Formats: sequence, structure tokens, C-alpha cells
Amino acid sequence: MSTIDWLIDDAPSSRLQARAGRLYRLSRMLLRNPLAVVGIVIVTALVLVAIFAPLIATASPTEQDLANRLLAPGADHWMGTDELGRDIWSRVVFGARITLMIVAIVAVISAPVGLVVGAVAGYYGGWVDRILMGLTDVFLSLPRLVLALAFVAALGPGIENAVIAIAITTWPSYARIARAETLTFRNAEFISAMRLQGASAVRVIGTGILPLCTSSMIIRVTLDMAGIILTAAGLGFIGLGAQPPLPEWGAMISRGRAFILDQWWVATMPGLAIVVVSLGFCFLGDGLRDVLDPKHGDKA
Amino acid sequence: MNILEISDLNVSYGTSQVVHDVSFSVKEGEIFALCGESGSGKSTILRAIAGLATEWTGAISVLGRARERGLSARFASECQMVFQDPYASLHPRKTIDATLSEPLRIHRVAGNHGDRIEEVLDSVGLDRRFRFRFPHQLSGGQRQRVAIARALMLQPRLLLLDEPTSALDVSVQAEVLNLLKKLRREQGLTYVMVTHSMPVISFLCDRLAVMRHGRVVETADVEQLKADRMTDPYSQELVALSRGRPDQKSEKTQ
Repeated sequence: MSTIDWLIDDAPSSRLQARAGRLYRLSRMLLRNPLAVVGIVIVTALVLVAIFAPLIATASPTEQDLANRLLAPGADHWMGTDELGRDIWSRVVFGARITLMIVAIVAVISAPVGLVVGAVAGYYGGWVDRILMGLTDVFLSLPRLVLALAFVAALGPGIENAVIAIAITTWPSYARIARAETLTFRNAEFISAMRLQGASAVRVIGTGILPLCTSSMIIRVTLDMAGIILTAAGLGFIGLGAQPPLPEWGAMISRGRAFILDQWWVATMPGLAIVVVSLGFCFLGDGLRDVLDPKHGDKA
Repeated sequence: MNILEISDLNVSYGTSQVVHDVSFSVKEGEIFALCGESGSGKSTILRAIAGLATEWTGAISVLGRARERGLSARFASECQMVFQDPYASLHPRKTIDATLSEPLRIHRVAGNHGDRIEEVLDSVGLDRRFRFRFPHQLSGGQRQRVAIARALMLQPRLLLLDEPTSALDVSVQAEVLNLLKKLRREQGLTYVMVTHSMPVISFLCDRLAVMRHGRVVETADVEQLKADRMTDPYSQELVALSRGRPDQKSEKTQ
């Protein structure tokens, strides 16, 4: 029996095979969507570039070469050089690491927090719901950049603090989605059945409700990634994110602003990278929505 | 011995009272039917017994023990419920295996869960190859068999059945009813069953209570139903409706 037969077997013989089969069917559906494939390619490329940055970069991202400053893109410097003679291609490549780190930290902090807060509020209802959602509203009403400014002022500038500030302002919207989703099936019969079997609230939320919220959460997080990258770049642009000489894309644009009329590539190349990666996450999120959306997902 | 005793039960949802002063008892091994029109409070009584509806007064006792409000783990292994809609009662993201092993994991049942799952699948007439499928790969009747299997996992003595066949096709209904009959015989179960259908009652049940507007209007043996000797006018009307007698009447008047 070939691997594919094993995957699409209508009568799987183990838990693992059932899971793998479902994953296989989902990925088949995802790969049928051309835009999603573009998204996957871009995001995979981002990950690979971040991992293998030292191999892909043609020069050090921080080494200055004042004799060769502001060179136009050419054979030696594929994206030209900046005002300190640093190779922009290499800086963009190393910048992928920073971007990926931003994305990862925000996803790791805000998605689980939002999920749990929303699911608990939705499941219990009553005063638990009111307190948790009140808290969520407080965080939701804080403007992202202002909070980031406050954070940076308190903890000192740096990309980590900026990212934590972004994560703190991101989870409330996930909590709202998770709560709304939880409300739709907290009275569903399969949840009642779990409770009748004597399942504790932790078990009902953890194994009954959260798995149903995660697909919409994955979609939402992926779609938000573009906004998160842009916010981080915005913070870098106003000088509150990554500090020099870190090759953060937003900070690079900010430095290139001074030469934008004569040496367009200094600001354009990192800008291009931001656009491509943001688009990649948007496409991927759209594709995932088509596959994982609860309205379609059950057919998978 | 009475496995279930209910006396002066009143149930309300918020400010509206749905069940008024209901009393009945069910003997061990019996199949007891609650019937009546929609909104007459039949399902609410089941939910109160199960612990899903908590706003009630009166007394409910199961296996001789007074029932507290709400759910408890010990009660779960004595009494389980099968829901009406098999499309809504199975978790869409869990395989049949995961659904069936859940009660075993909750109650930390020792031993090989796989063996027990296959044993229960056999007893509800499902092939073992269904074990690792997802609910969406199953038909309505197969799903309802899974729901029954899940209720049986902890070997309860009392099963609450909330219209277990009304969401199924007629041919599948018969299969599920036969299965319920077989399971009662093999495992000595007691059923309390909510249903609309008089034919189901006469096929499966021993006694019935007819409900209207949240009150029990009549409790009778199934023999009385079969012999058309129901005393309450409303029960007679229900029986007549289910036998299509109003149509005959209208034919005569034509």
C-alpha cells in the first residue's frame, strides 16, 4: 500500500493515520488554491532565508565600507549599498530573522492568551464573562503605537519591548473571536454530552471548545501578521523599534528616507521586502480560511 | 425496585416555569415513554434528571439516591443521555475513537481502552473500521449508534433517550429501535424515552406518560394504548392523530 493510499484510506486503523489523513486532505485543498500556494511559497522563503541568512547574504549586514556608499544596485551589490556602504541585500536577508522573530513572539504570546480568555468567558458567561470582557475592552481601547511608546519609555527601546507591546494590544481581538465562537457551541449537544460524562470545565474547554476555535484563530493570526509586521516596521521607522545597527526593515526605510529622491533603492528595497512578506501572509491567511473555515472545514 | 422516582417536579428556565408538579416512577428494566406535543416539557424533564437543567424543585431520586442539582462524576456512571440530533451530538473534530475513549479517560478507567471501545462498537452493531473515522464520514444512523455507544461506555443502568430516532430516516429509525431493544435485553438497561411517535411507543415501551402544557395528564400501560383504552381526552386525541383517524373522519363527512 502506497503512502497516499494509507493517507486517504476511508477506514483508518490508528489515531495517527486518522490525523495524518485529515491533514493530507486539508493540504490538498490548500494546494489547489493558487494564491494560497503563492502565500506558502513566500512564507516558506521567509523562514528559509531567516534560517540560512549567513549563507544567502553576500556580505556582513553591519560591516561598513565608506568608500562604496550609496552604490546603485548592480552585480556586486544586488540591491545597492546604503549611506554607510553596507550591502542592502545582506541587510534585507538578515532582517528576515527579525521579522520572523516578531511574528513568532506575537503569535506565541497573543493567540493562546486570547483563545483561553475568550473561551473561558464564553463558556462560563455571567460575571466571569463580564469581568474578562471588560478587561479585554480596556486593552482593546489602548492604541497600539501609544502603548508601544509607553512600553519603550518604561523598558528602554528595542525590538523585544515593541513586540511585547504589540502582543498586548493584539490578544483582545482574538479573545473576542474565541468568545463569539464559544457562544455558538457552548450549548451544543456534544458539549452537553461531555459534561454529562462528568468532564471538568477545564477538560470541556481544553478538549471540547478550544480545538473548534483554533482554526478561525489560525486564520485570523495569519491575516493579522501583515498588520503586525507593518506596526513593527512603523515603530522601527520612528526609531522606537529595533536599534541600529540591527537590520530591521522599518528602521532601514527610515534611514533611506533622507536619500529617497536621489538614491531610491535605499528605502525601496526593505519596503519591497515588507510588501512581499505582508502579501504572503495575507494570501496564506485567505487560503487557510477557505480550507479551515468551519462552514467548509467539516467536508475536508 | 424503582430505578427513578420523580415527585412534584417543577422546572423553570429563568422566570418561565416549564414543568408543573410532575410525578412518576420507573421500575428497573422498564422502558418508560414521555410523550406529548412540542413544548410540553418532556425534554426538560430529561434535562433536569440529567443535571443539565438546574432550576427545579421537588424530588428526583435515581437508584434510590436523591439527586442534587447539577452534574456529578458518580452520577455519570449510573445514568447517561442520548440526544436527539446525531449531527449535533458528536464533536466534529474528534474521531469516533476519541469520542468513545473520553468517558474512560474522565473516569480514569483502568485497562485497555481499545478493547472496551471495540467491544462497545460491536454491541451497537458498528464495524471496527469506523473506529478512527470522523463523524462527517458517517451517516445519521451510524452517528446515532456512536452516540448510543458513548452513552454505554461507562455501563450505566439508566439511559435517557431524547427522541433518539426523530432525526433519522424511517428505515434507519427501525434499525436504531431494534438496537435499543436488543441492548436493553442484553445489558438489563432501563430507558426513559421522550418521543412524539405513538408507533415507537407501542413497539418499544412498557409504560407511558402523556404530557401537555408541562403537566402529566395521564400515565398508562402500553397495553392500554394498544387497546385504545386511554382515559384522558387529550391522550385519546393524540392516539387518534397518530393513527390518522381525523382523515378518516373527514372522508366520512365528505
